[in-house]
Amino acid sequence: MTSLLSRREFVEKSGLLVVGFAMSRSLRFAPGEDAPSSLPPAANQLDSWLSVAADGSVTVFSGKVELGTGVSTALRQIVAEELGVPFDRITWIQGDSDRTVDQGSTVGSQTVKRGGAQLRQAAAEARAALLELASPKLGAPVDSLIVANGVVSVRGANDRRVSFGELIGGKRFERAVTGKAKVKSPSEYSIVGKPMPRVELPAKMTGRHVYVHDVRVDGMLHGRVIRPASIGAKLLSVDDSALRDIGGARVVRKVDFLGVVAEREEDAINAAKVLKATWSESQTLPDERTLADVLIKLPATDRVSTDSGDVSASIARAAKKVSARYRWPFQMHASIGPSCAVADVKRDSATIWSSTQGAHALKGALAGFLGLPPESVHVIWTEGSGCYGHNGSDDAAADAALMSQLVGKPIRVQWSRADEHGWEPKGVAMVMDVSAGLDETGKIVGWDYAVWTPTHSSRPGGGAGSANLLAAQLTGAVPASRPSLGGDRNSRHTYTIPNTRVVAHLLESSPLRTSSFRGLGSPQNTFANESFMDELAVAAGVDPVEFRLRHLTDPRAIAVVRAAAKLANWQPRVSHSTTSAKGRGFGFVQYEGTEAYVAAAVDVDVDESAHSVRVTRACIAHDCGLIVNPNGLKNQIEGNVIQAISRTLKEQVSFDRSRVTSLDWRGYEILRFSEIPESIDIELINHPELPSVGAGEASTSPIPGAIANAIYDATGRRLRDVPLRI
Amino acid sequence: MKLLVNGTAHDVDAAPDTPLLYVLRNNVGLTGPKFGCGLGQCGACTVIVDGVAVRSCTTPVSSAARGPITTIEGLGTPDKPHPVQQAFIEEQAAQCAYCINGMIMTTAALIARNKQPTREQIRSTLNANLCRCGTHMRIVRAVEKAAALSLAQQTGGNEG
Repeated sequence: MTSLLSRREFVEKSGLLVVGFAMSRSLRFAPGEDAPSSLPPAANQLDSWLSVAADGSVTVFSGKVELGTGVSTALRQIVAEELGVPFDRITWIQGDSDRTVDQGSTVGSQTVKRGGAQLRQAAAEARAALLELASPKLGAPVDSLIVANGVVSVRGANDRRVSFGELIGGKRFERAVTGKAKVKSPSEYSIVGKPMPRVELPAKMTGRHVYVHDVRVDGMLHGRVIRPASIGAKLLSVDDSALRDIGGARVVRKVDFLGVVAEREEDAINAAKVLKATWSESQTLPDERTLADVLIKLPATDRVSTDSGDVSASIARAAKKVSARYRWPFQMHASIGPSCAVADVKRDSATIWSSTQGAHALKGALAGFLGLPPESVHVIWTEGSGCYGHNGSDDAAADAALMSQLVGKPIRVQWSRADEHGWEPKGVAMVMDVSAGLDETGKIVGWDYAVWTPTHSSRPGGGAGSANLLAAQLTGAVPASRPSLGGDRNSRHTYTIPNTRVVAHLLESSPLRTSSFRGLGSPQNTFANESFMDELAVAAGVDPVEFRLRHLTDPRAIAVVRAAAKLANWQPRVSHSTTSAKGRGFGFVQYEGTEAYVAAAVDVDVDESAHSVRVTRACIAHDCGLIVNPNGLKNQIEGNVIQAISRTLKEQVSFDRSRVTSLDWRGYEILRFSEIPESIDIELINHPELPSVGAGEASTSPIPGAIANAIYDATGRRLRDVPLRI
Repeated sequence: MKLLVNGTAHDVDAAPDTPLLYVLRNNVGLTGPKFGCGLGQCGACTVIVDGVAVRSCTTPVSSAARGPITTIEGLGTPDKPHPVQQAFIEEQAAQCAYCINGMIMTTAALIARNKQPTREQIRSTLNANLCRCGTHMRIVRAVEKAAALSLAQQTGGNEG
């Protein structure tokens, strides 16, 4: 049996695949049975988004994918609500370049906000279509009909009814998504806003969930990559004599791309270990101790996002002047499962199973890389280990695709831990300088901010084509030159200050390859902004919470600051504690200036003699507009808080002059159970009347500054370099 | 080589020094145990051999052949989950859940030898298991609930 069906077959046989999915231990595919398909379904056609089977069950085709954050449950709530079907009657198909609309990659905390809005409109359009079909059947005008549980009935005459399955089951809508279908009022919601349990967790908790690591294709070989001995190294020679003792293992090479394949996974691992390769190496990296000094001297394009009033003069004549420099290191996504992909590349077509965030973007990139027309490349997203941004998933897909093309068989590539730690695109090292002036009353009169940042986006696809894929670079492609993105995210804060200048020095290069990691530049910039607000509060002799409130005007910002302070039972103070090793710090952000508002009060225990800092409690107030799934949202906030504590106190990519040297979990430590807080208390401020805005990453950003401020409160020491070390 | 996995005997063809993880995933056809590091550092591959939670990525298959092997698939099913799995589901204690195999198997072994672990014992037992999504708070709550559910089940109680 094959589980690989064309879109049309799928609609007809949808029950089959669902059963196959739920029952199978490994997801087995028979290769080559699906004819090369075409372009992705059109976004303006209703049939591209959903179908109704004869039994009334609904299949939704979502371009946005589940990255572990619970969006496939939240999006399902939105569709179930708007369409008027029970939540559990919906089957979810995600991220298939042939079967799902290209909604853009699953990035930037935009899945519920934008992807959800698109799905809501499609579901509303389907509901309108079903009402129009039901009206003549029931002999009643549309405005006298009601919808509940997949059934249309006449208001006040419950026996006059017809089900969705009877109306359209198995047939196409043949209707455009106009964008004009009337959506429900939030006051009518009964599914959106409920803490629905995550759909896929029972399978995940019992070992039945299918990850990309579990995909198996008939005739498949196991592949491993052997990365260059240092960054930019060229492959001089390969001695495969040691592979003779490993049954069937063979070398796969193209220019500087080197890999091995074998029928058995353990043979591929051993072959990669014993293969002798000689590389020309050079020292391309700076001394890591001088990283910040190197960054601020790299060629850059300057972007002035704000320049209001007379910043220099206002600071020059201020009663008090304060300035500081903050530094952030390279960090890793550090996914628990190293990247993996399976590819079956034939002469004129290719199928790739990948945990990419963008199946459609990857399809285009791989088509260029493999020399195939885009319509003959099929990318099937399959969930991976949590990625938190652009990790090695796309690169592993290209590795598998290249090896499959060279070997002529389906190949599964599993990166090692060292491959992932060493070669995933890194989270970005940044330097932030701030100067400001205070008047006699403690008001900020001028603010001058500058950030130096490499790009936060080197994803494949789009204008970059295949050139950002590691395998493409190892076979001769020059990395795509793209506008530097993301480094100025939240460089401009939300406080109201009369004279403000914000400049981003967008660096044209970076010592290490960088790309999107949770929050992009927002955690770094907010670390600087929120630490500096605290430094100014100290200089002004004002309580840090009160100081923030004096400079905020947006009522939603004020509301989260007050709520977090209340949740923490914040006690006003004008100087740091001198009597205890305990401290408390505050942080606030409106993510990207347009997304969720988050305020955080963080407690720390500091042991200076043991050089240890432990966050013992975090109190978070959070406003992202309409909340779709409060438990899912809390889970995401807790995760952001823990990951942010880890990044703030522990994480830094180490490198020597030639290569990354953090190659395992000893070389790159993340937060452990012994180090987690005693509690994370969260107050969700729901605004059903307002649109949902991005909440995926927002609560990461205020944490680093809040921790630094808490350490200052405990010790009187101001730490400005992440990871914060006492 | 003969292996007893989740109560079923398997005759597997593998070199004795092959890590148990690859035999379970590729010869036996299971997917619950996960490859995370191959170094015994993260815990994603954890299985229970003869009552003890072990890292299958660094355990040679030959040494695992001595005792019965339990994987997460052998604990329970989505329809009939083991108390530990039930507790993790009820607490919604996961995001991507790639690490969760290790969390659940380590917890199952813990609760089998210590019916009422303290919060401190739970943290210390899970300290060598890594989670990157940051679901630690929920996992600790789930382990506490798992202990309570197991105890209630054993004493004939009917909690939850």
